[in-house]
Amino acid sequence: MNPPAASSYAGTADSTIWTPSDARPPPSRVYGPIAWLRKNLFSSWLSSAVTLALIYFIITRTLSLIDWAFINAIWSVPALPNGTADTRACRALEGAGACWAVIAEKHRFILFGTYPFDQHWRPGLCILLFIGLYVVSAMKRFWRKELALIWIAVLTLIGILMWGGIFGLPYVPQERWGGLPITLILATFGIALAFPIAVFVALGRRSTKMPAVKILCVLYVELIRGVPLISVLFMASVMFPLFLPEGITIDKLLRAQVAIILFTAAYLAEVIRGGLQALPKGQYEAADAMGLTYWQKTAFIILPQALRLVIPPMVNSFIGLFKDTSLVLIIGIFDLLTAGKTAIVEPAWQGFGVEVYVVVGLIYFIFCFAMSQYSQNLETEFNKHVRR
Amino acid sequence: MQQVAEAPRAALDSVARVDAKPMISMDKVNKWFGALHVLRDVTIQVAQGERVVVCGPSGSGKSTMIRCINRLETHQEGTITVDGIELTDDLRNLDAIRREVGMVFQSFNLFPHLSILDNCTLAPIWVRKMPKKEAEDLAMEYLTRVRIPEQAKKYPMQLSGGQQQRVAIARALCMKPKVMLFDEPTSALDPEMIKEVLDVMVDLARDGMTMMVVTHEMGFARTVADRVVFMDRGEIVEQGAPEPLFNNPQTDRLRLFLSQILGH
Repeated sequence: MNPPAASSYAGTADSTIWTPSDARPPPSRVYGPIAWLRKNLFSSWLSSAVTLALIYFIITRTLSLIDWAFINAIWSVPALPNGTADTRACRALEGAGACWAVIAEKHRFILFGTYPFDQHWRPGLCILLFIGLYVVSAMKRFWRKELALIWIAVLTLIGILMWGGIFGLPYVPQERWGGLPITLILATFGIALAFPIAVFVALGRRSTKMPAVKILCVLYVELIRGVPLISVLFMASVMFPLFLPEGITIDKLLRAQVAIILFTAAYLAEVIRGGLQALPKGQYEAADAMGLTYWQKTAFIILPQALRLVIPPMVNSFIGLFKDTSLVLIIGIFDLLTAGKTAIVEPAWQGFGVEVYVVVGLIYFIFCFAMSQYSQNLETEFNKHVRR
Repeated sequence: MQQVAEAPRAALDSVARVDAKPMISMDKVNKWFGALHVLRDVTIQVAQGERVVVCGPSGSGKSTMIRCINRLETHQEGTITVDGIELTDDLRNLDAIRREVGMVFQSFNLFPHLSILDNCTLAPIWVRKMPKKEAEDLAMEYLTRVRIPEQAKKYPMQLSGGQQQRVAIARALCMKPKVMLFDEPTSALDPEMIKEVLDVMVDLARDGMTMMVVTHEMGFARTVADRVVFMDRGEIVEQGAPEPLFNNPQTDRLRLFLSQILGH
């Protein structure tokens, strides 16, 4: 019961020296692709048959997809004397090949909507600015206070480019904006503003000392969650102006933007509240015991941990928001999807929806997949030191 | 039971202490959890430099009592005064008290997303408004005192339980508190790690820190405590210097408790 102060357990006359045994490698297994195939795909006659059938199916489908997308595809069509496109060659294919000519012909309308044709470089530059902003913000070495300034500067620049009216840029009213810039504007401002609102609502809903704030937060979340996004958009677009005094109008895009922000923030607030609840009580107590104020505790201890916990569902919300921006079509805003749809209204191009939707879908996919991949990197990065 | 490295009691007793003004004073403190009466007329005073060990069966209210001292729990009746400041709903009083009272928890409660060094410097920088460099030097000083300066750049989850608890002690000390509260600091530790934590606490006691320790480590109580307080069912049943209390309990309840924990 009373060992010597130094923790040496060297053998003495009446005890032997114990030496730990060497660690051994785990028992060897058969590795290699052949062994893997045999074990997983050809373990029995039935499994072999299913495997072969599936391989046959995959190969034939892939080949016909390649046929459709590349070999039989038509990349451009001649123009008729009256200026419209001669799409007879495309129609003759009867679906055996893709008519990419519709993209070649209409890509600027799909990307920029009804924005004045000779000014397309402006929304084009805006798209590049947005992407640049995402890339810079994603890199950890740029995570410092100046990043907020960069955001403000870039978003202001985008506003100037889109509206014009100064620096010799012709004024373009918001009604003529369309396509990808609309989607990116709605999504970027949506995420950037819904996130802080959601944080405060989540904190407010958990407040014990301010019951009025708590009730407000609960009401807000439950009201917004109780109705579909479309009805929130309708309210913002149709009902909201009725409450405004005579003569004051608020930009339609801005109203849609506010509706999307409020809608996303309600969902996001619940996600963040989940993270707040998952933190052990001891973290709050340790911060309290050290004398940190509520906001210090929240900023340094609680939020950094709670937000890390909810990265996956949070990115879920962000991706949802990115795609939900396409719903603004119901209040007459031409986002990417609506622009794509409108591009094929022209009689010459009617019936070539698949090609347009494939391209539009691809654009959505690139942005959403990038978000998803980035969130996974972020999770690994953040949880490096935290085993759970 | 764990035996603490033999520190001659004489060395501890030589520390000058027992001030006229008590550091902690609880007067007829009552607390309920719902209808459950968990603290009943608890009256106790802890002098500056005094080391009090609180023991008792689980559910006896000993943790609740020390958690009331920095208001992690609020009491409903009676008064608690720390360093001359009464605990009230006034947030300024509360902040002032929490600055002076360090606490060590059973489950360590280190911040897993911050490095060991950041765990230690956070409160000095933000609560004490200490310059970063100074806070880091101070943190390294205390990490050296708890014998893990080499772990400063690591994260809590990379450390053993005993090391984490020693960091938690260093973290509390970085606020230069006048009182340290320990809430069962060794109960969550493997047997082989208890000693390293207790050794650090003995060191701290030797330096004259005012300490209130909830623990079942009777060896620790014998070595460092000026006074042992025995609680049951929310009441202080018996208190006194460790040797007389353990050797000659006055109540049957303490006798039973001692026979239970010493008998195995």
